[in-house]
Amino acid sequence: MSDKVEKDEVSGTDTTGHEWDGIKELDTPMPRWWLWTMYGTIIWAIGYWIVMPAWPLISSHTAGFLGYSSRGSLEQELADATAAHAEDRNALVTMELSAVKNNSQLYQFALRGGKSAFAVNCSQCHGSGAQGAPGFPNLNDDDWLWGGDVDAIYETIKYGIRSDHDDTRIGEMPAFLTDEMLTKEQINDAAEYILSLSEKREDMAAVDRGQDVFMENCAACHGDKAKGGRDFGAPNLTDAIWFYGKDKDVILRTISRGRNNVMPAWVDRLDDATIRQLALYVHSLGGGE
Amino acid sequence: MVNSSVENIDVRPVNKKENRALFEKREKIQPKKARGNFRRLKWIIMGVTLAIYYITPWIRWDRGESGPDQAVLVDLARERFYFFFIELWPQEVYYITGLLILAAISLFLVTSLFGRAWCGYSCPQTVWTDLFIFVERMVEGDRNARLKLDKAPTSVSKFGKRLLKHSIWIVIGVLTGGAWVFYFADAPTLLRELFTFEAPVIAYSSVAVLTATTYVFGGLMREQVCTYMCPWPRIQGAMVDEDTLTVTYHSARGEPRGPHKKGESWTDRGHCIDCNQCVAVCPMGIDIRDGLQLECITCALCIDACNDVMDKIDLPRGLIGYDTHAGQFDSNPERKLDIRFIRPRTIAYGLILALVGAVMLFTLLNRSVLDVNVIRDRNPLFVTLSDGSIRNGYTVKILNKIHETRQFQIEVVGLKNAQAWIESGPPIGLPMIVTVPADALSSYKLFISAPAQNLPGKTSDIDVVVTDFKSNERDIQETSFKGPEK
Ligand code: SF4
Ligand code: SF4
Repeated sequence: MSDKVEKDEVSGTDTTGHEWDGIKELDTPMPRWWLWTMYGTIIWAIGYWIVMPAWPLISSHTAGFLGYSSRGSLEQELADATAAHAEDRNALVTMELSAVKNNSQLYQFALRGGKSAFAVNCSQCHGSGAQGAPGFPNLNDDDWLWGGDVDAIYETIKYGIRSDHDDTRIGEMPAFLTDEMLTKEQINDAAEYILSLSEKREDMAAVDRGQDVFMENCAACHGDKAKGGRDFGAPNLTDAIWFYGKDKDVILRTISRGRNNVMPAWVDRLDDATIRQLALYVHSLGGGE
Repeated sequence: MVNSSVENIDVRPVNKKENRALFEKREKIQPKKARGNFRRLKWIIMGVTLAIYYITPWIRWDRGESGPDQAVLVDLARERFYFFFIELWPQEVYYITGLLILAAISLFLVTSLFGRAWCGYSCPQTVWTDLFIFVERMVEGDRNARLKLDKAPTSVSKFGKRLLKHSIWIVIGVLTGGAWVFYFADAPTLLRELFTFEAPVIAYSSVAVLTATTYVFGGLMREQVCTYMCPWPRIQGAMVDEDTLTVTYHSARGEPRGPHKKGESWTDRGHCIDCNQCVAVCPMGIDIRDGLQLECITCALCIDACNDVMDKIDLPRGLIGYDTHAGQFDSNPERKLDIRFIRPRTIAYGLILALVGAVMLFTLLNRSVLDVNVIRDRNPLFVTLSDGSIRNGYTVKILNKIHETRQFQIEVVGLKNAQAWIESGPPIGLPMIVTVPADALSSYKLFISAPAQNLPGKTSDIDVVVTDFKSNERDIQETSFKGPEK
């Protein structure tokens, strides 16, 4: 490299002094707009470090003068949204649940809120369309274990079923075989009888024997006509809806080992307005009483 | 001596192709003022287009209680577009598509007949640039004065003139942006809000953005927008043919050009005296004598300039004039224009125009004021009820597009022994009557149940019929009813 900077004749630009096979490299300066943009971004970056959270520290990070955080802004947005609905939520909490339907604006608000709360809290068991699954009731139909008017639904959601809340409702399906209350044969007869209530069975002798077993052991909760009992959450055994499935094996299993599923109490996890929204939403799915 | 009545201008067509390097600083064009018929026509068109732009949002239109009383309004918040008697809902944006097609084809038709008439006379870029140049001329004087001012050393008066010019430009920009936002809200209310600082932020930012673009495009960039940014100059080539009227320099008559002294004979030479008046007035910085070129917006100011020259040297007007391609090669000054307005191209454009226009008119006149959508629940597909019957759920949306509350009856047809009811409606068994507020969409949850044995198969076709109580207008929606596998 020579000490003196050589100029290129054609363009008038300095050369770098590098030369390959007679080709000299020009030292064309950066376009000015490019340089200024770069300086601008540097200045911007420094400003950004100062006002925004930027540098990681050992257990935290620099917070920045603006005190921004994405978590904080989300919380703010959620709080704003709740505040924006405060009026409707208050109205919901103070009103008779059955009267909400007459206020169409409030009702729509409740249904929408209920729908999203359902998706977040309930759909894991009851399904996103509230269609249920074996052991988890379908909330669209007109068969209700503990009552299907909006107040009953509200209570079920609030305190749960067999939950750990003091006000929960409890009904127990005993394990007749495990606890040696009935023999295998008796249980088979009872199952035959139960199935005979909604379809034709062949072994009528078993059905007759089963009726006696039923009257002695089951009717207390399920009723003499097996129509179920809401005080104990005992299902109607004569209709087309089967909680665990209409299969003799399933029925045998239910009688033998019992069933005691749990619906959690939501009173400590959701606020009252949300529980009311949920009750109204579930009630609106088509089976509400 | 050079013909004394015509000034010979020392001007370089800076935008001429040969004069334009790929990377060169723009040389500012200082168009000279033109006088003549086309200039007058342009003033008139400028007045009319600006008036339309500024006045339209202030025209009132009665739409009854629930509608806005602004004739032209794009109501983004409520998702409506109002245009005098036309009112569009978001799902009818295809009308806008139709409008755009109409606009495009009209542009094609006009271009194939008259070249870039749109560019030269009514394009906002042209109109506003013209306005900005007018302001510049008012403040700093005509071309020569402006050139002198450019070269003059910095002084209070120079600074003052510049300041005044840019201020007026910015005021025009503010007024431009200011008028724009009135199309999106009730104009009188928004005007008051703008001044009391109660208007939404978006209104102020729109005004700011449009002020900036107006100022930059009309004041600073001008012809560069047409030459470098706008796609239209590129597209026009496909629309122009040898029968298109464009601004034409009659080269056969004008050449060979050269300075001409008074009294000299015109034989053996062309009529162009090379005075460069046509170049001096050109806002695009080109020389029309180079022929039709991409940069020419056919503003026709060079026609005015040259006609002026021809008058002074006692030659017939029209050395530069509107003519077809063939005109360039006709040296007869008295040349008769033979325009073929009817050509395959114009017939095709005209037909498309008529067709699209007719379709739009038809659909507009037959636009229904009731729209019904029925959406079947998919989750769950169906529900078995305790008595064994099957229930399906639907969402029925009813759009009432008039400014009057209406009552509708909903009926379900096509299923034996079916029961239908609306979740929020009257009890099962009563007719399903719903009330939809004026100019609104209402949504209803519809349930239909039928005994399982009545279902013909997994899927049955049914109709949901919505009938207006009063007018008997009726909308039938086909949908299906699903049940378990048979
Ligand atoms: S075309 Fe007309 S205006 Fe242009 S230089 Fe020739 S004489 Fe002058
Ligand atoms: S050449 Fe003539 S018509 Fe074309 S832009 Fe220039 S002045 Fe206007």
